[in-house]
Amino acid sequence: MTSGVGLGRPQTQAVGSDEDVVRVRQLVRTVAVAAKLSLVDQTKVVTAASELARNTLVYGGGGSVEVAAVDNGRRPGITIVFADSGPGIADLELALTDGYTTGGGLGLGLSGARRLVDEFDIQTAPGQGTRITITKWSR
Amino acid sequence: MERVPILKIGDILLVSIQVDMSDQTAVALQEDLAERIVATGCHGVIIDITALDIVDSFVGRMLSSIASISRVLDAETVVVGMRPAVAITLVELGLSLNGIRTALNVERGMELIAANRYHDDLDEFLDGPDAEPTASP
Repeated sequence: MTSGVGLGRPQTQAVGSDEDVVRVRQLVRTVAVAAKLSLVDQTKVVTAASELARNTLVYGGGGSVEVAAVDNGRRPGITIVFADSGPGIADLELALTDGYTTGGGLGLGLSGARRLVDEFDIQTAPGQGTRITITKWSR
Repeated sequence: MERVPILKIGDILLVSIQVDMSDQTAVALQEDLAERIVATGCHGVIIDITALDIVDSFVGRMLSSIASISRVLDAETVVVGMRPAVAITLVELGLSLNGIRTALNVERGMELIAANRYHDDLDEFLDGPDAEPTASP
């Protein structure tokens, strides 16, 4: 988990369909409200989660999303982990560039999601799947 | 899969999105709207997103596509009711919603469409029926 004291049990949502992406959004919203994020920050983290959960589905071939309320001792927040065992990302720098896409989308999912959160960590390699961890702290 | 209802009010098609749409539902709405524009001959489409608590890149792209498709079918699209937090997030995400007209609420959206139709009619009247159509302001 992240540095600091965890709060509550993480909740997991499998991502295997469109409807699961909707469920991820709803779960993230619930935890973000509990973590006392402002309305704008809730909106940002739910939007980021929607982009990344869609990537897990479309590029990763499905996977899982784990959502947890966290606390670093000063502020509460929310941490979300998106994991898939898909093909992984060969050129990470390119994938994080605005407008770059291999899927016919707008190419804003990964780069846009990174802008919307406070912490963004990505672990990936060709053939090794992708694991993205994001955190948003309350202000 | 849920479907978003499309209402016809006079010369306008009104879509009020009340559900958290899956990507499939968003694509179906795009197709349903194109068919209804042609079937009804409506010249305006209002998409009310008051109830949407997020607009991500997929829904943003769908809104842009609807605007482009309806323009080709001689109808104008106005997106109304965007929440402030959604607007802030969209800009930070990097989505510009190109080619989309917006208004604060349904009433203003209807006024915008009516005003544009009036200007188009006026231009046609002033230029005569055989003249090239002029770009609306």
